Amino acid sequence: MSPRPGFVLEVDRSTPPTLFWHGEGYRLERLPTGSRVIYPPEPLPALDDPDAAIEHALEHPAGDCEPLSALLRPGMRLTIAFDDISLPLPPMRAPDVRGRVIEAVLDKAAAAGVDDVVLIAALALHRRMTDDELRHALGSRIFDAFAPHGTLLQHDAEDPDGMVDLGQTEEGEVVEINRRAAESDLLVYVNINLVAMDGGHKSVATGLASYRSIRHHHNVRTMQHSRSFMDRHNSELHTSNWRMGRLIAQSVKLFQIETTLNTDTFPSQFGFLQHREWEWSLKDRAGFHATSAALERTPPALKRQIFHSIRSPHALSSIQAGEVEAVHDLALANVHRQQLVRVEGQSDVVTMGLPYICPYNVNSIMNPLLVACLGLGYFFNLYRGRPVVRQGGVCILSHPTPWAFNPVHHPSYIDFFEQVLADTTDPLEVEKRYEESFARDPWYVHLYRTSYAYHGVHPFYMWYWCAHALDHLGQVIVVGGDRAAVRRMGFKPATSLADALEMAEDVVGRDPTITHLHLPPLFLADVV
Amino acid sequence: MKALLIERQLHRFAAARAASLVAGPASGIGVGPLRLADVDPPELPGPGWQRLRPRLAGICGSDLHTVDGASSRYFEPIVSFPFVPGHEVVADVLDGPLAGRRVVLEPVLGCVARGIDPPCAACASGRKGACERIAFGHLRPGLQTGYCRDTGGGWSDELVAHESQLHVVPDALGDEAAVMVEPAACAVHATLLGAVVPGETVVVLGSGTLGLAVVAALRHFALPGTLISVAKHAVQRDLASSLGADDVVAPGELARAVRRATGSLALEDRHGGIRRLAGGADVVFDCVGSAETIADSLAVVRPGGRVVLVGMPGTVRVDLAPLWQREITLLGAYAYGTEDRPEGPRSTFELAFELVEAAGLQRLVSARYPLERYEEAVRHAANAGRRGAVKVVFDLRRAAGSWRGAGALAAADGEAASGTSGEEVEAAR
Repeated sequence: MSPRPGFVLEVDRSTPPTLFWHGEGYRLERLPTGSRVIYPPEPLPALDDPDAAIEHALEHPAGDCEPLSALLRPGMRLTIAFDDISLPLPPMRAPDVRGRVIEAVLDKAAAAGVDDVVLIAALALHRRMTDDELRHALGSRIFDAFAPHGTLLQHDAEDPDGMVDLGQTEEGEVVEINRRAAESDLLVYVNINLVAMDGGHKSVATGLASYRSIRHHHNVRTMQHSRSFMDRHNSELHTSNWRMGRLIAQSVKLFQIETTLNTDTFPSQFGFLQHREWEWSLKDRAGFHATSAALERTPPALKRQIFHSIRSPHALSSIQAGEVEAVHDLALANVHRQQLVRVEGQSDVVTMGLPYICPYNVNSIMNPLLVACLGLGYFFNLYRGRPVVRQGGVCILSHPTPWAFNPVHHPSYIDFFEQVLADTTDPLEVEKRYEESFARDPWYVHLYRTSYAYHGVHPFYMWYWCAHALDHLGQVIVVGGDRAAVRRMGFKPATSLADALEMAEDVVGRDPTITHLHLPPLFLADVV
Repeated sequence: MKALLIERQLHRFAAARAASLVAGPASGIGVGPLRLADVDPPELPGPGWQRLRPRLAGICGSDLHTVDGASSRYFEPIVSFPFVPGHEVVADVLDGPLAGRRVVLEPVLGCVARGIDPPCAACASGRKGACERIAFGHLRPGLQTGYCRDTGGGWSDELVAHESQLHVVPDALGDEAAVMVEPAACAVHATLLGAVVPGETVVVLGSGTLGLAVVAALRHFALPGTLISVAKHAVQRDLASSLGADDVVAPGELARAVRRATGSLALEDRHGGIRRLAGGADVVFDCVGSAETIADSLAVVRPGGRVVLVGMPGTVRVDLAPLWQREITLLGAYAYGTEDRPEGPRSTFELAFELVEAAGLQRLVSARYPLERYEEAVRHAANAGRRGAVKVVFDLRRAAGSWRGAGALAAADGEAASGTSGEEVEAAR
């Protein structure tokens, strides 16, 4: 039976309570009659033979590109870059698709007699990955073959000798990327396109770039002019990356590999997270009640540990390789095939339950900035056409939003939250007054390069991701969040969904139309 | 006359100490060494001495230490029991050449007040706070009025003071402002001792009366580049900010705030928290004086920087390795005297009058109590920040419609110039 497409449910009196994620837990909420709930499409079937699909993609490239084996020759410098810990979410069960694809690339390199091979985790300004995380992403065989010899690297955007300036785009954007990647005879980039935003020229132009370069597209202006950044043709973020990528392509031979995954996101014991409530099986119900009861008695740190140990059964749904733009068009079509849900019209209020994880807190704490970014940056932007909520509408997020940070991973976030947001929450003011000093702060640079810290500027990007939503919305309400943390961000705290809906009426009027985003698993709302 | 008296009863000091350790500051007030008594007014010790009737008398952190039995035993030889506390005093002069005038008391009992001639080197140079004879002369030991058996103190109906201790209060200055002059003088002295070079990054740890007054003094008498204040409570945060702090942070945020302000690197603990800064602030004014704040000061001051101890410390356990390795200067800042100013030497009290008026420090006076309610007053003062207060004072004025029995008065907006305009409010905020 083919998987069912996404679905927009209209809540009536017979509708069972709706599941809302709530950090390391979930709630069942009764939405008012007439509310809409957007459910993601069911997972596409996994490719029958992933290794054969990989082989086929490498040897039958898309666009103006030779097969990979034809690009490999003895004595060449080969660099293989790959997406970092931020993808996929949750981390996938072994074998990770990156390791699988890179093994195939390495087999071909070996067959062609290529000796000078370096792997680079494309961190951009993200934290470095631990050895365990690298081993998981690449598999033990690759890790053990490269890491001991110093040929498994992590991109260091602050290494003055490790970056090279490739010039400027016609818009004056500095293009500075990883020297090893730029000076290789062939750069292979292995993507995981979890959402429509991923991949394309963004992979190299962001993943292997420096702050000098990234600042041209990670800023308030581009975010406010990306409607949305999940729709690359209407995304200023992507337009800038595309200009940079085309400049890079003039001097760097790139072989792009983009993979898409299905939305089989949670293991079977969490099956109720994948299914629609009225279709919950006995096992789903038992799973829901058992985990809810257990979580209630579990300390927060242990809950975090439990959830972060989840390994997703994500399966490869497509792979395409070759020339970057042709590859990306195919990958995007495959993302849309899995995730698009047609939604008619906007509503006054959008609600969403936020889970325990976002791209920047894998094995870490979902701090308040990440809560905001996940809700207002990512989930709000999961649309094509128009936002799900109307201009001036209200966004209701459900998350505990603890005033808690991981000081190893997010040191500059703490200062951003304590100092910057205490002063102003206006993204433009934040950018103007504080970005440069955080980005250049030598301690943050030191921690980014030598510890496991996100770059000093990273919390700014989290706030910028929210800029479009903050500009669009009349109010943001957080249900069940730490009140001080919620207020620090300029949002309103509410103790229950009912309270939040009542507060929303003060902004959008009585009896508002309501749409709930039932995710993850992820979808992309095609709002017409 | 009525007076609050502290007697040398060791079991009472011990009981107060135990109670405060178990149940919090001033919780042992009922079993401690302080009691309300009917006593004879102090005798005039000699020529130049006058009788004063207090109008307002502040409760200082050092008084609270004494009441809690937490003062260092260092002070034993330089106080004389029984004594009447109270060294932050605005009073009416009852006799002598200044009879009828309103004065602020400069409480240090130096050589002149003690009838010692020639004075010690410190007093001769105007540094009364550093007097070498505070246990000698015709007075019994006592570093200040409020710790000397012979002089009485501000927490009473009457005390005596030497004419060299008196500063006439201008008519335009209200009692609430005047009672702030003494703590302001401490802040001025500490600030000038810190010798802040224009542009330096300065931290003020603690936002009680002294901390806030130091912030005000730094803004008035120095040119710090960035002034970071550490405050626990909302009222303290607001006041620190309005008095001129550029950044007001919670205690747990200090290291990060200083690191950000100075662009310093930091040394982390194994959980990623900041253990100490590699660089740091140029000057730290510790207006608390606890083991924690001294350790914090040493953790956030730069190598070669200065830590000025403004708050009264006791016996504390602090790792001095950073002091040694980073060549940090640790300065004590006690009392006042004469300050070197660009325009020439000036009395600290003169500068303090200027500061109180310029910064409107009368706003720090949050609550007034009659002597009879001393237990409540001391408890309020000991928990001032948490209860939204800063300076708690005894109100000893005898205006028409006396306060006696009427409950505490509060000068919430700090504008009340005398008891006659005091607004009755609930004291226990």
